[in-house]
Amino acid sequence: MDLRKLKTLIDLVSESNVSELEITEAEGKIRIVKGGGAVVQQVYATAPVMQAAPVAVAAAVVAEVVSAAPVGHTVKSPMVGTFYRSASPGAAAFVEIGSVVKEGDTICLVEAMKILNEIEADKAGTVTQILGQNGQAVEYGQPLFVIA
Amino acid sequence: MFKKILVANRGEIALRIQRACRELGIKAVMVYSEADREAKYVKLAEEAVCIGPAASALSYLNMPALISAAEVTDAEAIHPGYGFLSENADFAERVEKSGFQFIGPTPENIRLMGDKVSAKQAMIKAGVPCVPGSEGELPDDPVQIRRIAKMVGYPVIIKASGGGGGRGMRVVHTEAALINAVAMTKAEAGAAFGNPSVYLEKFLQNPRHVEIQVMADKHRNAVYLGERDCSMQRRHQKVIEEAPAPGIPRKLIEKVGERCSAACKKIGYRGAGTFEFLYENGEFYFIEMNTRVQVEHPVTELITGIDIVKTQILVAAGEKLPFTQRQIEIRGHAIECRVNAEDPFKFTPSPGRITMWHAPGGPGVRVDSHVYTNYFVPPNYDSMIGKLITHGDTREQAMARMRTALGETVVEGIHTNIPLHRELMVDAKFMAGGTNIHYLEEWLLQHKR
Repeated sequence: MDLRKLKTLIDLVSESNVSELEITEAEGKIRIVKGGGAVVQQVYATAPVMQAAPVAVAAAVVAEVVSAAPVGHTVKSPMVGTFYRSASPGAAAFVEIGSVVKEGDTICLVEAMKILNEIEADKAGTVTQILGQNGQAVEYGQPLFVIA
Repeated sequence: MFKKILVANRGEIALRIQRACRELGIKAVMVYSEADREAKYVKLAEEAVCIGPAASALSYLNMPALISAAEVTDAEAIHPGYGFLSENADFAERVEKSGFQFIGPTPENIRLMGDKVSAKQAMIKAGVPCVPGSEGELPDDPVQIRRIAKMVGYPVIIKASGGGGGRGMRVVHTEAALINAVAMTKAEAGAAFGNPSVYLEKFLQNPRHVEIQVMADKHRNAVYLGERDCSMQRRHQKVIEEAPAPGIPRKLIEKVGERCSAACKKIGYRGAGTFEFLYENGEFYFIEMNTRVQVEHPVTELITGIDIVKTQILVAAGEKLPFTQRQIEIRGHAIECRVNAEDPFKFTPSPGRITMWHAPGGPGVRVDSHVYTNYFVPPNYDSMIGKLITHGDTREQAMARMRTALGETVVEGIHTNIPLHRELMVDAKFMAGGTNIHYLEEWLLQHKR
């Protein structure tokens, strides 16, 4: 990893709300932790080290954002697949923040093996958070929405 | 060569495949159910996907979840490991139809070997020696059934075509019991496997379980990698395996081994496979073929120096076998003890948190296990938590190293069958070698606690 790239990453962490950043690339792994003076650890190993934190799907960058626990009911993905917010590209999203939903309303799609599965709200209420990203992979149990 | 493989399994074999991928510079995507979130290979993974809740049917047996996981991670191939969907021809077919390479044989070959009647018929055609029997499905006519049984000679065993691995079988000692036994086995087979078809074989009284490991590529090359003796079994589950099989003349092994590799070429087999035989009085009798990598593959790896899992991946990627039959040399002796989370003498399962895990080491000692201190062994899957394997220049040295290794191994917090292995490894008859498939159960009866 060249020094310019490293400096950019350090600046990125310092200037944002991100407290910890870890990137694994072909040349090695780097972990930047914000604390009194940015601490930089570079590991040139191809042998990975046991991590206490879980590894996210399809994400080369793991950013830990400190935020409050969601109040309300979290709708989790019942399957592995790709998350879509609308019935087709360009169409309006099923729900937005503030949408009122009844139990059984379709709130998103998860595509698995070429089949678009309609995911329904399992609780009535108002959508307060949208945690899934349109077009991104989701795994079983991954939080998608918060309904309060 | 593949850039990314999805490992569609769990436990020690998932770790084994991950290691092979790492050596080949291939990214391994690990899958896990909610019960396996803390698995070692998940923690070590570059990418890991949660595929479902703890129940196998909803996770490791969930074909759409596994294929979907391969899709979202852009994997190119899927390695099914052993157990679960590894010998499910429908899964292999769906994997390929979805555009992924299935690391294993073709769906047709899985189907051929999955049906025990068609497997046997294919083997007879290929010149592989089989147990004398009905040579096909048993007819319905009782007169014909009695005639076949009389020709084969009592005792006979009725087996379900859709069974295998010790399931769906019934021994018959006299003609009087024959017709009822067939009817009962058919009814059970229909219920358990959805296929009431049964066949009949001579029941061998004191056989040993000796199997031949084969490896074939997509270019019509096939070799056999020696044999394994897996006679130490309890309720058809292998407990100790070793290679080579003690006391069997090399010429006999060569003869049957060559028949197996020829059979592979004949049926267009590809990948790793194992031909299972019963061996009695100097004769080999084919019983079934396993179209996957097996639990006990390490003993073969240690005596041949060949990495079977790596070779599976190479072959699936279209490469030629990196060795010829003549280049395969058997060196020394290897023994494997399966470590299960269970009471060593009552066999009740013992899931829970391992408060202390200390693995042995030293020359000729290999430990294949995914557990670690503070790991919680989930109750949802089979009880095997690892394998202890030793290699030596001689069988005596392999056993001595195993005794030492078993002595060093510490597992606290759960029960394991290590105490049983310690007793078996000093048992006079086992040490002499060549015990048959009934020996362990007889031993357990004699040593009842």
